[in-house]
Amino acid sequence: MFGTELQLTLLLLIPGFGALVIAFVPSRKIHLLRGTSLFFTSLTFLYSLLFFTHFDPGAETMQFVQKVPWLNVGVLHIHYHVGMDGISLFLVILTTFLMPLTILASWGIEKKVRPYMFFMLLLEVGMIGVFVSLDLILFYIFWEITLIPMYFLIGVWGGKRRVYAAVKFFIYTMAGSLLMLAAILTLYFFNEAQNFDLVEITQRLSLNQIILPFPVELLLFLAFFLAFAVKVPIFPFHTWLPDAHVEAPTAASVILAGVMLKMGTYGLLRFCLPMFPSASAALAPAISLLAIVGIIYGALVALVQTDVKKLVAYSSVSHMGFVVLGIFAFNLQSIEGATFQMLSHGLSTGALFLLVGMLYDRRHTHLIQDFGGLAHVMPRLAAFFMFIMLSSIGLPGLNGFVGEFLILQGTFLEHAGRAAFAASGIVLSAIYMLWVYQRVFMGAVQNDQNRTLTDLNFRETVILVPIVLLVVWMGLHPSTFLRRMDTSVQKVVDRIEQVREPQIYRVEYRGH
Amino acid sequence: MDINYTAILPEIMLSLVGICIMLLIPFVPRERQTHLGYLALAGIVLAFFGVAMGWGQTDLAFSEMIFQDDFGQFSKIFFLFVSTVILLISMNYLEQEKLFQGEFFVLLLFATVGMLFMATSADLIMTFLGLEVLSISTYILAGFKERERKSSEAAWKYFLLGAFSTAFLLYGIAFVYGATGSTKYLQIAEAIQASPDYSLILFVGLGLMMVGFGFKVALAPFHAWTPDVYEGAPIPITALLAVASKGAALLALVRILYQVFPDLSQQWQAILWPMAVMTMAIGNIAALTQSNIKRMLAYSSIAHAGYLLVGLTAHNPLATQGILFYLVAYAFMTLGALIVVQIVGRREEQHTTIEDYNGIGYRYPFLGIALSVFLISLAGIPATAGFMGKLFVFSAAVQSQMYGLVVIALVTSAIGLYYYLRVIVSMYMGEFKTEKIPITISMPLRIILTLLVLGTLYLGILPGSLLNLAEEAASF
Repeated sequence: MFGTELQLTLLLLIPGFGALVIAFVPSRKIHLLRGTSLFFTSLTFLYSLLFFTHFDPGAETMQFVQKVPWLNVGVLHIHYHVGMDGISLFLVILTTFLMPLTILASWGIEKKVRPYMFFMLLLEVGMIGVFVSLDLILFYIFWEITLIPMYFLIGVWGGKRRVYAAVKFFIYTMAGSLLMLAAILTLYFFNEAQNFDLVEITQRLSLNQIILPFPVELLLFLAFFLAFAVKVPIFPFHTWLPDAHVEAPTAASVILAGVMLKMGTYGLLRFCLPMFPSASAALAPAISLLAIVGIIYGALVALVQTDVKKLVAYSSVSHMGFVVLGIFAFNLQSIEGATFQMLSHGLSTGALFLLVGMLYDRRHTHLIQDFGGLAHVMPRLAAFFMFIMLSSIGLPGLNGFVGEFLILQGTFLEHAGRAAFAASGIVLSAIYMLWVYQRVFMGAVQNDQNRTLTDLNFRETVILVPIVLLVVWMGLHPSTFLRRMDTSVQKVVDRIEQVREPQIYRVEYRGH
Repeated sequence: MDINYTAILPEIMLSLVGICIMLLIPFVPRERQTHLGYLALAGIVLAFFGVAMGWGQTDLAFSEMIFQDDFGQFSKIFFLFVSTVILLISMNYLEQEKLFQGEFFVLLLFATVGMLFMATSADLIMTFLGLEVLSISTYILAGFKERERKSSEAAWKYFLLGAFSTAFLLYGIAFVYGATGSTKYLQIAEAIQASPDYSLILFVGLGLMMVGFGFKVALAPFHAWTPDVYEGAPIPITALLAVASKGAALLALVRILYQVFPDLSQQWQAILWPMAVMTMAIGNIAALTQSNIKRMLAYSSIAHAGYLLVGLTAHNPLATQGILFYLVAYAFMTLGALIVVQIVGRREEQHTTIEDYNGIGYRYPFLGIALSVFLISLAGIPATAGFMGKLFVFSAAVQSQMYGLVVIALVTSAIGLYYYLRVIVSMYMGEFKTEKIPITISMPLRIILTLLVLGTLYLGILPGSLLNLAEEAASF
């Protein structure tokens, strides 16, 4: 099948077929259900690696494209149009990579295993779909589809306040994205070619074949931005995140932090910047300010948390602030850094949630005060935690460093002040991370309940080892990833430069 | 004069079968009278053939009283389909409630005749007659559980307010006649085109007619009867009112506004715009606080009338297409949801609060999945018919550059999410209580539900086929 038009569709079909199979496995056969899900998610991962090896880093256009008309009635033309470039490639692989690990991490789910696994696979279809859709309506459909499984995963298998968290998550994200739908429709009727094709619309916009008056562009940008800002989440739209994360089961937290937050930043990069460059440039200072506030605020709030899971959740707000900052600095380093940071945050935070989940499985608590001295009891877990924590803080040689360094470097070239403020977030992240590590793992064992805890078992080690390997790889040899992003990111940068250049000239001219 | 009977063949067949059943009723023992439903079903099947016989013909039949066109054919098939479903579920319902009265089916058939006339009428008097036939049948049907207070209350409320609003409609027709000298659609349109300085009488007439239709479609501020009547009426009749009666009045309104008064579009758009906003806002906000699922669905149906009105206000070809598509999508999901409500309600509709749905999703997976699909579709989430319907209707409004209206529509549908989710929450996240009477799902209902679920998903994923039909039907 590879090499044909259907290659990307097949990537969506494998987990989709898996979900269908799950629906027919008897609900009592828990092991069969787990095995089937693991099989299909692993198969999807292995298959997605083919895209990595076949990817042409130099290609200017989308790759692995399939485009067929889906709806062609009257004035409405919707296409099934999928493809990949250097930005989406790794996000897809991140998704397929994390899925088998989260399935393995869901071994503790004992009740209602069948719907659980079904929703996990459905979620995978939706997430891959978001990253590969090149038609605005198709994108919107996948975007919304991801909400339903996540809503159920939080609401049914979550913690005590799960229903509240699930509904809040759903309403926030849905309300954000509905305005995006209005913007998509408006854009459609400004486009004389009358289609929802992202590639074509971007091209026609850059050739001035579609002319958006600036106020219209600004409104459309804001509508898209709002949808993505809720998802990322950018301060002050982040309030759903701590609730959702704390209540969600481990696997859902991992996917939420690892992949679904990236859908927001991916959207900014894929839709907001190329389609509305003038508005992006005009609002960049304000958005960067929000990003910096998010970085510092997230870190400060994380600092005072008494709940480990909430701490990791707020650290996400902080780390995702870096990504947004990088995207809105508009140069190659910063955007590439942002894309890289999406991946490394996906790995590190995903792993942190996995580790916190493993702690919870043993102690049934997230409260820092209940732990202490765990390194004596669970040396392996402590070691893994230390390693991932260092990657999250941004220790050179590990993945977190590369992304944050590139972002800060790129931002510094444009606005030294922004970079300086943002850099304080890194210091803060070191403080809260090391402090929580100290309180959870160091010292003597205070609580008797902690003395009998068992260390990581084989399954849990299998979950963590691939992440650790990838963390090192990304840290030591980032060019494996950056090389493949170059062309695609450069295209986004060029698009912004196209509208920014005249302004710079004008400034220089006045200067003389 | 040559009379083209094919134009009203389905109506003739339904009426004849209805009369036959009426004559048979005295000869059938009471407990067996629900079997008369099969005869009514045969009548509807005959009516389908009747539609097929007039397929593709266009005519202005019965001295310009009846349109025979694609729009009419589409509407006829739609109403016959809805009636079939309602007939099948009401047979089950009557059996369960031990209401052995064959008159139910007669009235249902007559109501269907009224709907068909409304969608094909080419004369305001004909439209009025259709509306009356439909209304009088539904007044009686709403109070069919005569021993139950709520049902009688519903019937009385519906009758008094309905009669009042039809008076408005009739008064409006009289004004329009006074202004243009005719009650025939095409002649009124011509008269309006001929003298562009519209008289005040014409506006008054149009306004009064909108009141009449607004009542039937349940548009704010003429919606106040809806929750009480929907709650009190037997569930199949709730479905009839929410889907068929609403649809018939809406399609008649589409024809009248688009075909008779297209030149006055600025004026009626100015009336419809605030009505649409009010309808969507009131429907969605009031639904938030309901604890009875029938009442919640009543408010949700008001909200959906508001979305349809957004399309109606847009006034372009895409709008007509979108309205037709939305109506079908709406029928699928609302009928489906109400069937589940009927099944869960059990005898005497005792279990209609949202709390009664706690844990149903696990105890009865089939019902849980079905109701979830319908509610997700009603909420307008992609991959379901409801999303596609909203997409088309709102696209039409965007095409007419009514951005404000679309944004309000989207915001209100975001509010709507909450109450649809609430039912899903209680189905899957609530604790199951032990039940006195177990829920039973009869085979016909199971089949209908399966078909409706598949239909809702099919229209959400591949809406093309229906949309093509709607496109043909949208060209008057």
